[in-house]
Amino acid sequence: MPEQTFILNGESVTVEVEDDVRLLWVLRDLLGVTGPKYGCGINVCKACTSHINGRAFNPCSVPVGAVKETDEVTTIEGLPATAAEDQRGEHGLHPMQEAWLERDVAQCGYCQPGQIMAAVAVVNRARREDRAVTDADLDGIRNICRCGTYTRIREAIRAGEQQM
Amino acid sequence: MLDPQSLPAPALARHDVGRRRFLGYVIGGTTLMAAVDLGLLADPARADIPTLPQPAELYDLNDLLTHAAMPTANLITVTMNEDGTASFALPRAEVGQGITTSTAMIIAEELDLPVDKVHVTLAPARPELLFNQLTGGSNTTISTYTPIRVAAAIAKKQLLEAAAILLGSTVGSLVAKAGVIEAPDGSTATYGELATKAASPTTKKVSVTLKADAEFAVVGTPQNRVDALAAVTGTKEYTTDLQVADALPTMVCRAPTLNGTPLAVRNKADVLALPGVTDVVMIDTGVAVRAETFGQCIDGVRALDVRWLDGPAAGQSDADALAHMKKAELPMPALPKNPLARTVSADFTFWFRSNSAMDTNSAVADVRPDGATIWAGLKSPVIAQQAIAEELGLPQDKVTVNVVQSGGSFGRRLFFDAAMEAAKISKAMGKPVKLMWHRADDARAGRAHPLCTSRVRASLLGNEVLAFHQSHTSVETDYRHGLGELITANLAALPTNLGNLGFAETIFVLTQEVPYNFGVVLQTLAETDQRFNTGSMRNIYSPDVRCANELMVDMLAKEVGKDPYAFRRKLLRNNRVRAVLDKVAEVGQWGRSMPAGTAQGIAIHKEYKGASACLVEIDARPETVNREVRDAVTGPRVTKVTFAIDVGLAINPRGLEAQMQGCINDGIALALTSSLHLRDGHFMEASWDNYFYTRQWNTPPEVEVIVMPSTSEEPGGAGEAGVAATFAAVACAYARATGTVPKEFPINHHQISFEEKTRIPPVPESPVDGLDHTY
Ligand code: FES
Ligand code: FES
Repeated sequence: MPEQTFILNGESVTVEVEDDVRLLWVLRDLLGVTGPKYGCGINVCKACTSHINGRAFNPCSVPVGAVKETDEVTTIEGLPATAAEDQRGEHGLHPMQEAWLERDVAQCGYCQPGQIMAAVAVVNRARREDRAVTDADLDGIRNICRCGTYTRIREAIRAGEQQM
Repeated sequence: MLDPQSLPAPALARHDVGRRRFLGYVIGGTTLMAAVDLGLLADPARADIPTLPQPAELYDLNDLLTHAAMPTANLITVTMNEDGTASFALPRAEVGQGITTSTAMIIAEELDLPVDKVHVTLAPARPELLFNQLTGGSNTTISTYTPIRVAAAIAKKQLLEAAAILLGSTVGSLVAKAGVIEAPDGSTATYGELATKAASPTTKKVSVTLKADAEFAVVGTPQNRVDALAAVTGTKEYTTDLQVADALPTMVCRAPTLNGTPLAVRNKADVLALPGVTDVVMIDTGVAVRAETFGQCIDGVRALDVRWLDGPAAGQSDADALAHMKKAELPMPALPKNPLARTVSADFTFWFRSNSAMDTNSAVADVRPDGATIWAGLKSPVIAQQAIAEELGLPQDKVTVNVVQSGGSFGRRLFFDAAMEAAKISKAMGKPVKLMWHRADDARAGRAHPLCTSRVRASLLGNEVLAFHQSHTSVETDYRHGLGELITANLAALPTNLGNLGFAETIFVLTQEVPYNFGVVLQTLAETDQRFNTGSMRNIYSPDVRCANELMVDMLAKEVGKDPYAFRRKLLRNNRVRAVLDKVAEVGQWGRSMPAGTAQGIAIHKEYKGASACLVEIDARPETVNREVRDAVTGPRVTKVTFAIDVGLAINPRGLEAQMQGCINDGIALALTSSLHLRDGHFMEASWDNYFYTRQWNTPPEVEVIVMPSTSEEPGGAGEAGVAATFAAVACAYARATGTVPKEFPINHHQISFEEKTRIPPVPESPVDGLDHTY
């Protein structure tokens, strides 16, 4: 069976599995990294949103064989470590996670790891474009929350942006 | 130590003296355990409720759910641990509604312990609790509030007594704060130190007085959720996150028609030979595939070649289902005969809607010849345990049913479809399984809120409403999760005129009311057609019924030339409803001038021992309606929502606000965007790009929720309370913005806005181009 190697939350991991198995299952079922959630498997719900080389992506739609040895995959579990130490908040977390706690965003919580990973990427994208997050950015976030926490998500992104 | 569950029923607590004085137990053992009869709240005097035309006003679904506790004399216990924390196993399901947080708050309040020192877990199925382990009707806090307080207060009393001995003081001179007890001389003892000292060697009866509401320091204050940290770090565990030895991923290949059944698998050997696949078995609902990863289960399901027997709705569309249902519509009762009266009438249709949560149906099952263990998000674990034991041919006590937190319910987890299916598969394979429904299964074959119609007729004489009749007709709502059995068990407790009604009618009568002075008010329900998988969806009948009757209220106001707010205000019979209505009108600036194509809408709701009102603003101008978002439905945008809720006593206002915010998005979805389409015997919707629940581009940019000051000492329900008023207000606003009263919901039902995904195989392939869409 082919060996797959990539960097997961700062550490190189190697796992034996066929090339075409989507990364989400490699993370969840083989590596036991369950922060990224399954909600559709077809890149629609965004519950699995994680980062690859600092950009948001959906591992349910990426065959593990397409991930290179040097690719850095970050899941919600690895998000705090991507923030500089002096940026981390009172719980030692990434400022966006802290903003989520402060606004008490989560209800059932199932979609929230994906929401937070998307939020961080939306702020980073705006930064790359040298601007602040707009209402249109918020309207364009595709992550579904079936509990309907959208109002607090919007508030938390605005607050998290200030601390990032 | 005496097992609290084995205490004989006659020995159990009954409250006697004083409104805040109750009896409970200290359970014999080596650490402090305080216990109370969960049924202690039930008050038999309520059984003599007079017969009145609108029973829900006096005796509602929550009274019924609360009364269900009466015959079940069993104990819930608060345990004090040596590390200074308290633990409590809540016999309810946390699905996102925040009851673990509110329960921790209630215990923290009586015990004078910080909220984060209270650990609330979910109790496994406890058959001795019978109907008192059912999470539904937003009833958890209503039915558990007092019993939990009593148990916590007994624990505190014991701690104080132990501290008095240890510190050489008297109970009356001690002060307990944040888990530390201090004597007048400044010496202290922590709850942790006292946990074993306060234990009683034998079980004894204790009487205790609860705190007065005026002393509350935690209850009624905004608190963040106790599971928030786990949620934002990805460590909160849902069923599919559990690591149970050898419980490999498992999925089911389902029929191309709803509830179709498998006859034969033509290529079992080929599928077994696929990478990762370990087992393939046929069960009654389809063909199960177990593999090393869910990805390989999907491949296996897609590769299966199965001969199917069509389901009972084969060939049918939702138009056929509607036509079939209309045959069951009862003739409308005659309006009062008055030659001068005018009749205003309207018929509304509400299409099928999916209650699929983000966390799809799932369960872990380990079935052995001599016993079974199940893990799942379950709101009726006792019924699940009974049914699974029967299916497996095991005694009930050989089936352990663990309740896991779930990623949403919206009514769906009242059922145990996945737990039952997982048990069958595990038995057939002889191996543990972690079953997960694919999103496509969850959306298509999962439960739906039934298709229904509501016909409303009102009679007007001058400016007076003489009569208001509403006939609701629905595809059958499934209550087989035990709510039905609960009602059977409690028929004697119902007001006499309700005793002969069927389950659905009973629920309808217990939840619906028209809180206006509308003369002769009559609401009826007829249900038919059992071919569909149905259930409630963030409330049972209320959102549809309320939407229909609030649209009618607007029509009547128009007919008599009155402003919708002023008309409601004048005719409301209930002061709490009037107060929330006034609140939203004031805060939301009712009547402010709005551009053409935009409008306000206002509506009320009364249920769950509470009152709510909603004022929305909608933008239905073409440039907004036609805005484009890829693979999405846009349409009219609700731009602002002002919502007021009075639940009596709000335990956690922050949690209540969150629930209302969620309900607002549900109400918007019901009005504008989300429905299922039955075509050729199956629902078309297979994912979130087909089923259009509210998204960021539909959600209102401005939302204000006002939690009214407490109007009662008793808490009301929260999880579903905000959907009905929002749905109705959005519908009313849309009618005012466009000049046309919508008659079908959601308003976009007749536009199919997507291409249907594959039916054979039943699940779509996962894309491979994810790296082309990074941002
Ligand atoms: S599971 Fe990856 S986007 Fe839905
Ligand atoms: S918090 Fe439940 S789905 Fe988002």
